[in-house]
Amino acid sequence: MPEVSGLDIASYVVYLVGAVSFILGLKFLASPTTARRGNQLAAAGMALVVLWVFVTDFLLAGGGLGQAWILAVGIPIGTVAGVVGARRVPMTAMPQMVAIFNGAGGGAAALVAVAEFLRDAPATTSEPILGTINQGALLPLPFIIATLLGAVIGSVSLTGSIVAFGKLQGFIAGRPVKYPGSQVVTAVLFLALIGLGVYLAAVANSVPLFLLFCAIALVLGVQLVMPIGGADMPVVVSLLNSYTGIAVAATGIVLNNYALLIAGTLVGASGGILTQLMCRAMNRSLFNVLFAGFGTGGGTMVAGAAGEQTVREISADDAAVLMAYGRKVIIVPGYGMAVAQAQQPVRELMDLLLEKGVDVQFAIHPVAGRMPGHMNVLLAEANVPYDRLQEMDEINDDFANASVALVIGANDVTNPAARTDTGSPIYGMPILNVDAAENVIVLKRSMAAGFAGIDNPLYGDPKTAMLFGDAKKSVEDLVAGVKSA
Amino acid sequence: MELSAFELVAALFILVLAAFVGYEVVSKVPTMLHTPLMSGANAVHGVIVVGAMFVAASAEGPLRIILALVAVILGTINVVGGFVVTDRMLDMFRRRPQGGPEGKG
Repeated sequence: MPEVSGLDIASYVVYLVGAVSFILGLKFLASPTTARRGNQLAAAGMALVVLWVFVTDFLLAGGGLGQAWILAVGIPIGTVAGVVGARRVPMTAMPQMVAIFNGAGGGAAALVAVAEFLRDAPATTSEPILGTINQGALLPLPFIIATLLGAVIGSVSLTGSIVAFGKLQGFIAGRPVKYPGSQVVTAVLFLALIGLGVYLAAVANSVPLFLLFCAIALVLGVQLVMPIGGADMPVVVSLLNSYTGIAVAATGIVLNNYALLIAGTLVGASGGILTQLMCRAMNRSLFNVLFAGFGTGGGTMVAGAAGEQTVREISADDAAVLMAYGRKVIIVPGYGMAVAQAQQPVRELMDLLLEKGVDVQFAIHPVAGRMPGHMNVLLAEANVPYDRLQEMDEINDDFANASVALVIGANDVTNPAARTDTGSPIYGMPILNVDAAENVIVLKRSMAAGFAGIDNPLYGDPKTAMLFGDAKKSVEDLVAGVKSA
Repeated sequence: MELSAFELVAALFILVLAAFVGYEVVSKVPTMLHTPLMSGANAVHGVIVVGAMFVAASAEGPLRIILALVAVILGTINVVGGFVVTDRMLDMFRRRPQGGPEGKG
């Protein structure tokens, strides 16, 4: 065993304190009352670890001081970018922001792996493939495996997150993008990575082939996320988050650093569970999310079957009267509310209806919006008390007692086809039983299909009335209507 | 690189135990907190900035210096942005009115 100095021991203690703060932070984050403290605790632990490494590896280690300018330049740039991004982004764009931050982490992990490989790969690379004779000793197997894993997973996470960001932001088509033979391409990329990985680990630590290995992983990240529909991006972001965790853990082994190892593994595992929870909420397997190409045939399918359903329109005033004189109104918010930033007027509508003695509840589908909990965050922002927010299982039986179910820009999560139509791509997904309410009022911009690209027979239901327009404008009209009713 | 067999075994132990902890800590989370939790976990893997700092500390030659610089920038974005955005999300939960919705008109 190598000799351990007092400073090394102190470092291990600091990493331990950091690891405990991350574990407790995540634990606190899982409960509403302690969540904020949890985040702050994890951030404090992180600050401690970063500061410690700065002191030991830059200030105390003489050689490192010459490189301190890298931090002096890099950290302020990263901090400004991170803070501006995190503060400026509207609440509706939170999922994209998480995707981008995650991609940055994945990219950093990949770069760390690349830099370590470049440092330790034998200077005179010997290449059976490229012609020279293998003479240098290979890097130790655990080291090279961890390096390859960090590089490949980090790279996939980087480009995958960028595509996920693009889809959520609308830069890239939200629909599944597939081309003939795309699965074959994916398989070939996988095989190439495995082949190259084995070669790099067991035959020669070749720098050019290692860079090719990373490049293929970058392409694979794009290739894996492009065929997935925008509606599934939350699951993808969560999965990529978990990937970055694993990549960070791998670099922890490369650098033999426990802080990286523990934090990365924690996130890898917890991110995996979170992804699983999200899939379960949609009654789909992760495999189905990743490879089914949700809504692929959407365009053709819709045109054939139910494309021509007749819908009933309603004026804002009539809709307001229905609600104002009802017993119970259940509001079903969806992505449309988020896009239109309609949460404030929705709160106003709730207040007015409550004043008139109408019971108002919110029904939150686990995957409403672009992320689980997306609606809760938005409504909390508008000061809707969260005891009014009911999860699907709690409220689904209540729709039968509701005078009005007011659907604000939610589509797929209310689609009865998920219950009845075995041919529908969302068949089997638990949905909100809005069609059990006496009246259903749907606020919608147009008759366009939802994010999953599937037609919604709810709109053809005789007790459903459509109120077309921007959700914010429509809700404001409803508020005015209820006031005068 | 200087991983001894003992250190490797220790790392393996830590890896497996940390995976169980991660699993246990996150099971049974209310849906409402999925987004903040994902975002918080996202910030935690921003610890990669420490890895980037190690690379920077030993970086020689323009290529590795550039790699280290970009890694430090990306890692910092991950960790700082991650914690700030999570705090912002959670701040909204905190501001719920105490006495019910009738408080404000």
